Amino acid sequence: MSECSLTCSEFIDFIMAWLDGELAPEPRRAFAEHLALCPDCVDYLESYQRTVALGKAAWEAPGDAPVPDEVPEALVQAVLAARRGKGA
Amino acid sequence: MAEQEASLVAALRAGREDAYEQLVRTHAGRLLAVARRLLGDGEDAHDAVQEAFISAFRSIDRFEGGARLSTWLHRIVVNAALMKLRTRRRKPEEPIDDLLPAFLADGHRENPNGPWQPAAAAESREVRELVRHSIERLPESYRTVLLLRDIEELDTAEVAEMLHVTPAVVKTRLHRARQALRALLHPHFRAGSAREGAS
Repeated sequence: MSECSLTCSEFIDFIMAWLDGELAPEPRRAFAEHLALCPDCVDYLESYQRTVALGKAAWEAPGDAPVPDEVPEALVQAVLAARRGKGA
Repeated sequence: MAEQEASLVAALRAGREDAYEQLVRTHAGRLLAVARRLLGDGEDAHDAVQEAFISAFRSIDRFEGGARLSTWLHRIVVNAALMKLRTRRRKPEEPIDDLLPAFLADGHRENPNGPWQPAAAAESREVRELVRHSIERLPESYRTVLLLRDIEELDTAEVAEMLHVTPAVVKTRLHRARQALRALLHPHFRAGSAREGAS
């Protein structure tokens, strides 16, 4: 809860633009002011950023299928056969 | 590396069979991973990779040396996968609204649900599976934008062009997709949840 120029709803609308550095100076100032006054939105912003990081990491680590080197031989042969068939 | 790629491209342009095979063996795994993210583990992902390679073989003359082959092939397989998505029989999408934050009339959160536990230095395999499963639960139009922007790391303009929508639509869908994914992950990551004790 806060008593500043931005509501929590507007704050959440601005999160992505703020993370991308696309907020104009005035909304950026209001965003920072809200962040200083509203612990709920601090929590929300942190969990939003964490969500983005978790998404990016979800396929990153080795050991999770599919491993780039493990190419199904059937797929390789199908691609090469299709090329010959279509004269690509 | 650049020299090796240049000689591979020259061999492809000359129509050498061994060059085609080398290209496929080098890149098929990564391209299959991209197609599976967008299409799931079924036949469609294999078909998209096959179509992407055929398209690449046909247009190798238009490949510009300034780009990496892997980047060029990545765009081609994403487009092939999106074509497959378009031709699938569309089920009506579940609305995403229930996964977005709700607000009171004065703009304050209706149900602020507290902080998340601290991030682990490296997320476990179990966490990565949970996140992938949660992304799969997103409605398709949101999941696709989230995958293309956050995972495949294409920029807003590229994604807009690929999906035939405006950049503003891409931004709105991405923000909603991230919020919805956050809501799906929240029970597992909120402070005091079972995972906190386990990590």
